[in-house]
Amino acid sequence: MDITFVIEKFVLVAVIFGISLVIAMYSTYAERKVAAFLQDRLGPDRAGPFGILQPLADGLKMFMKEEIIPSNANKWLFMVGPGLAMLTACIGTAVIPWGSAITLGSRVIPLQVTDINVGVLYIFGVVSLGVYGVMIGGWASNNKYSLLSAIRAASQNISYEVAMGLSIIALLLVTNTMSLKEIVDQQHGWHWNVIYQPVGFLLFMVCSFAETNRAPFDLPECETELIGGYHTEYSSMKLGFYLFAEYINMFVSSAVMATLYFGGYNYPGMDWVLLHTGPVIGPLIGTVVLFIKIFAFIFFFMWVRWTIPRFRYDQLMHLGWKMLIPLAIANVIITGIVIAIVEKF
Amino acid sequence: MEPLTSKKKVLVQKPLTFAERIYLPAITKGLSITMSHFFKKEATIRYPEVQREMSINWRGMHSLKRDENGKERCTACGLCALSCPAEAITMIAAERKPEEKDLYREEKYAAVYEINMLRCIFCGLCEEACPKEAIYLDGPIVPSDYLRKDFIYGKDKLVEQPLEKK
Repeated sequence: MDITFVIEKFVLVAVIFGISLVIAMYSTYAERKVAAFLQDRLGPDRAGPFGILQPLADGLKMFMKEEIIPSNANKWLFMVGPGLAMLTACIGTAVIPWGSAITLGSRVIPLQVTDINVGVLYIFGVVSLGVYGVMIGGWASNNKYSLLSAIRAASQNISYEVAMGLSIIALLLVTNTMSLKEIVDQQHGWHWNVIYQPVGFLLFMVCSFAETNRAPFDLPECETELIGGYHTEYSSMKLGFYLFAEYINMFVSSAVMATLYFGGYNYPGMDWVLLHTGPVIGPLIGTVVLFIKIFAFIFFFMWVRWTIPRFRYDQLMHLGWKMLIPLAIANVIITGIVIAIVEKF
Repeated sequence: MEPLTSKKKVLVQKPLTFAERIYLPAITKGLSITMSHFFKKEATIRYPEVQREMSINWRGMHSLKRDENGKERCTACGLCALSCPAEAITMIAAERKPEEKDLYREEKYAAVYEINMLRCIFCGLCEEACPKEAIYLDGPIVPSDYLRKDFIYGKDKLVEQPLEKK
């Protein structure tokens, strides 16, 4: 392992980390703008031109707020909670291939921090870890409402992870690999997995809405009815971290959806573009395409939030266990049968 | 019991159909509705920069008028204060001195004229009561402020700007 390799990876990690933070920051702004436009309003437009500095103002406000730790709270875990939420939100980006490899001189730089052969499993593990931030935060607050909300959030996440895992199994039957890089490369051009796995994609998307605690599955933190949810006792930047982690989660799950089902950095006509733009610009165009897909998904997340009312808790569980899981199992079986038939003949 | 009218309707809650139970048709319908609103013109008016156009008989902040020679019209008769249902107007009258002939139209004038904008209900009765056409509610929206005492507007804020000397 030479020193340039370390520098290269370090720069890549820093860039990805920075980009995901900036995107999460501007997701808060985009959310308010999208909400406003969907409701025939203007949204924030006072801080800077078109309100473009609004996230900075919000961040500053969060920092200036008084930091309150409840006197009977478990101080250590109370502080660990938001940090853990933030950490698990950020590390998911490590295995996502952000573009095909750049060739600089004789050096080939892959635009992926690490291409582990169990990439899908890693993403899945990180997503399941995310529930710890919520659970620890809710428990350490020493508040009954927080604890109940945390339990509610945990049971929701665990329920939907089952259906999510089953929908991924159907995808893995098609791709025959768990490495995200290989999955993306198989979707060259327009051979996107969503064409082969439309039901699987739908299941995965619904589950990722539930996993990121986004509407219509935002029971863990519905502001009005259930007193804020697991972060009731949180204030200042700790609360900011929880809210921020949600937006990073949204970004990461959008990236995962784009990677697994919508071809990642692949787009129709990419061979022609690669041939004509060279080994540096070409892959970067692919990265831009990936980000366009991600932004489209983030917009869809917001669009859905301002359209669909929240599920009741029993409806949530009914949907998760009695509808999504049987559908996911059926999807696995049918995919398996079809693949067996195709391979036979 | 026999229904008294023929309009009675028994509400039957039917079980959800398959299309309703899988949510998707309703969700796509909802999404298309919200998306149609995305392209609609927003109803917001960017207030301090853009002012909404008021109707011609809209009543805003008061102004004490001057006559064509730039003299204050108000003669401190007190009819506006008398007519005011909110008791927002107070004034102290004073006698005009000979050298102040260019400032006030009549021999008597209001030395102090105050309107409490927190009390005022902008009914326009002072305007109607004034025999000298000295007060009109033709100003802008009364601006916000921090202290109660700053809402008591004196002559410095109410009297019209003097005419330019030719």
